[in-house]
Amino acid sequence: MSATAHDLLFRTLADPTRRALFERLCREGEQTVGALTAQAGISQPAVSKHLGVLKHAGLVRDRHEGRQTHYRAQLRALAPLIDWTSQMAGFWQTRFDDLEDLLKRMD
Amino acid sequence: MANTATETLTVTVERDLPYPPDKVWRALTQPQLIEQWLMKNDFKAEVGHRFTLSQDWGKLDCEVLAIEPNAKLSYTWNHRHDDPNFNLQSVVVYTLTPTSTGTHLRMDQSGFRPEQKQAFNGAKWGWQQFLGNLEQLVAKS
Repeated sequence: MSATAHDLLFRTLADPTRRALFERLCREGEQTVGALTAQAGISQPAVSKHLGVLKHAGLVRDRHEGRQTHYRAQLRALAPLIDWTSQMAGFWQTRFDDLEDLLKRMD
Repeated sequence: MANTATETLTVTVERDLPYPPDKVWRALTQPQLIEQWLMKNDFKAEVGHRFTLSQDWGKLDCEVLAIEPNAKLSYTWNHRHDDPNFNLQSVVVYTLTPTSTGTHLRMDQSGFRPEQKQAFNGAKWGWQQFLGNLEQLVAKS
């Protein structure tokens, strides 16, 4: 995953309201926007907006059923955050590959 | 690696290179060569020199901390983020050791400041528990 995508995950989860919504979906499974709004303490449009940001980051998926939209957490999207050091090590391995290529070309 | 609250995160990458240390050293310290394997930069091999490493996703603020020609190079590797909790403050150390076949190159990146540790390990917002729980969930799913 690129640094930009990694940054996107961090930015998305940096907001406490979004994080709370996401944690709830992790704990309680799939929820409708209405159910999430009832406990979020903010308006439904605000909840929907936060869910849109989470969806953009790949952290939730939505499913339409009649008039209701159901959301659920996509835990796999978090793997890069959990394994940050592996990410960074991967970055350096790639850089060192390029360094070796450069050394080959140098006098 | 990431463990409890007081630790820093460290990343180590090592490589055996079939070239003498002075050649590897040039690749690590000459701006036009650094650009070819790492990032665009205005590096100078002077302790205290401030420079930036830049890429399409942003800039790193750096300062040269230590120079031992052909043996050791160290600089800060800091990334400013709009949210201070996500500022990255780290130090990169390259160590070159001559071997019978060339050079053993080792890179250690370590030392995140407290805010960063909170971001990663979660003291401030309960991220430690949050990520710990999620790690278990991810492992199961």
